[in-house]
Amino acid sequence: MPKIDLILHRAALDGKEVDVFVGKGKIVEIRPSVETLDAGDAQVEEAFGLTLMPSLTDVHVHLREPGYEYKEDVESGLRAAAWGGFGNIMCMANTKPVNDTQSVTDMMLDKARRYWPHGPRLLPIGALTKGLSGKELAPMAELAKAGCVAFSNDGVPVKSTKIFRLAVEYASDWDRVVIDHCEDPYMGVAAGVNEGEVSSRLGLPAQPDIAEALQVARDVLIAEYLDLPIHLAHISCRKSVNIIRSAKARGVKISAETAPHYLIFTEDYLEDPNSEYDTNAKVNPPLRTRDDQAAMIEALNDGTIDCLATDHAPHASYEKETEFDVAPCGITGLDTALSTTWALVKEGVLTRETFIRAWTTAPCGIFNLPVNTFQPGDPADFFLFDEDEEWTVSSQTLYSKGKNTPLLGTSLKGRVKTHFIQGKKVV
Amino acid sequence: MKWLHKDLLDVSQLSKSEVMAIFETAGRFQELQERPVKKVPTLKGRSVVLFFAEPSTRTKTSFDVAGKRLSADTFSLAKSSSSLTKGESLKDTALTLQAMAPDAIVIRHWCSGAARFLADRLDCAVINAGDGRHAHPTQALLDSFTLHQEWGDVAGKTILILGDIAHSRVARSNVILLNKLGADVRLCAPRTLMPPAVQSWPVTAYSDLNEAVKGVDAVMCLRLQLERQKDGLLPDLREYAQTFGLHQCHVDLANQDVRILHPGPMNRGIEISSDLADSAESLVLDQVSSGVVVRMALLFLYMTRKGEE
Ligand SMILES: [Zn+2]
Repeated sequence: MPKIDLILHRAALDGKEVDVFVGKGKIVEIRPSVETLDAGDAQVEEAFGLTLMPSLTDVHVHLREPGYEYKEDVESGLRAAAWGGFGNIMCMANTKPVNDTQSVTDMMLDKARRYWPHGPRLLPIGALTKGLSGKELAPMAELAKAGCVAFSNDGVPVKSTKIFRLAVEYASDWDRVVIDHCEDPYMGVAAGVNEGEVSSRLGLPAQPDIAEALQVARDVLIAEYLDLPIHLAHISCRKSVNIIRSAKARGVKISAETAPHYLIFTEDYLEDPNSEYDTNAKVNPPLRTRDDQAAMIEALNDGTIDCLATDHAPHASYEKETEFDVAPCGITGLDTALSTTWALVKEGVLTRETFIRAWTTAPCGIFNLPVNTFQPGDPADFFLFDEDEEWTVSSQTLYSKGKNTPLLGTSLKGRVKTHFIQGKKVV
Repeated sequence: MKWLHKDLLDVSQLSKSEVMAIFETAGRFQELQERPVKKVPTLKGRSVVLFFAEPSTRTKTSFDVAGKRLSADTFSLAKSSSSLTKGESLKDTALTLQAMAPDAIVIRHWCSGAARFLADRLDCAVINAGDGRHAHPTQALLDSFTLHQEWGDVAGKTILILGDIAHSRVARSNVILLNKLGADVRLCAPRTLMPPAVQSWPVTAYSDLNEAVKGVDAVMCLRLQLERQKDGLLPDLREYAQTFGLHQCHVDLANQDVRILHPGPMNRGIEISSDLADSAESLVLDQVSSGVVVRMALLFLYMTRKGEE
């Protein structure tokens, strides 16, 4: 048995009280808890009363560095991730300059190593096309070698179906999955509000759900034709879910994510007298109807939607404190995702199995990342959290620089107390 | 009466009895219009800022006249003269306005929700003079007031709103207000200019004007933004004028004493035939004079709300 250097004492893992033995950054053994421990020279972390969870993985984050450090930077984004329970975060390429060269990837990874040497792991996503232009393929071989774990044009979906197909093919040569932001460029405007009753009453230009579903259908056909995987980002509506479900049933290599805000909010939020025109709820794709919300929950529970991702999109307060039409789209998410989605487990909306799959095994499986399933040999990536600790979402309690969330002022339950990545305490 | 609201953002905030109170107050100011000196000292020493981030000569002049007839000092902050063109944010404009300590701000803005944005941040009364495609409460109030003056009561009447409903704040506010007052509302427009969820509105929607106009008591024409054709929402203006423009043949299908309204400025020959605009059925000029008295009533009610009358 390898040398034990960390023991978690009396942690609650899925309803059982356990002692977790860690050596060389890996799980060595998990035993039913004993009152008094012979720890030797191992570090002991008393965890009585705290819930033990595997570190979560977020496959869709906007860190904004380089170019928009005032919204978020690598250091603050990783801080929010560490406190949010995330051990891996994959960051999108729509920075300035775009992450379409090795030097940008290197710079991000250098910053991550400098500020958070033990993690959370920063896993860059490279641009699919140069400068997100949608015209020329990005140098994916170079980017993959530099450390990009996937490719995406998120933020600026590729208009040309031909270029998109070529990009999926080329990415497959480097064993990388393409992530697509599904939005028909002609049908959809990034209006931040769903087209329907609410947008009609508010008088806002809006995006219909078929803007998403049309592109989902396109991607399903391309994935099926090429027999290559495509991952669909932030799915928001029933029409998309129906297409994905039938595609999966016939074996198409499609995977999909949705974001917590589509599970906990609907378009109704925007016409509630207390939150009418709240730009913090302006997000792309927009918050949809109650029926879409129900569809997302069903699809997560039955596995049609593989995983959750925050689509963490921090913006400066002044950018959001403006007219609805003018405000940028996006909700900050790393800080609140754990509390809000764990609450859905507590309410019986999601099962615990769904939660663990959606935040750990599924995303790691799709993108080939290390995952902790609490088996010997797994990376010692886990956090302890107090399920009952109440906290109020405010600009003081959020670790991200982005304070843009419709949850501002609301009280959530569950706070991370400590977080270990590869056996090293990061917070 | 004691006025409870701080701001006028949309007609949906008003109860039917509050609407009636506005009409009653406007009715009293109407008398004043006939006097040689059309000015009362009611709001002497109070100030109203007219903040028009989107140009509108009519509405702005109407508010200006209304304020001056009540002896308020009115100040204009137009888009060209404000820092808006230099990229100042609405928040900073709001703070600047607040610092000038006006008693009321009248705002016209191209973004839906802009009036609410100001109202949430300012202590003074905020009166929405049109925000994006969302609401135009003073226009709806003056339209209903005009009809109220004609008929005594709007309840039980059938009113057709004709034209670009999808992009119209005038239509949105009128649908809400006319329903509140007990009228039956019909809408007529090509599908491309209908709001996407019109079936959830308390209206009957038509795409055939000959059907829509049958037996109505009034037709409200809307101004067509000519760039809708460039947006691809219409094949061409000639076809629009022939299919959705109001002509004498439509008036013949309506009720005998049908009334015709238009918020102005009119595109003669497009949404309305020129003859009809000048006909005996037309209330277009009555709308203009109603506009002044309704706005006087609103300024009066919102600016004196702290004390009882
Ligand atoms: Zn996206």
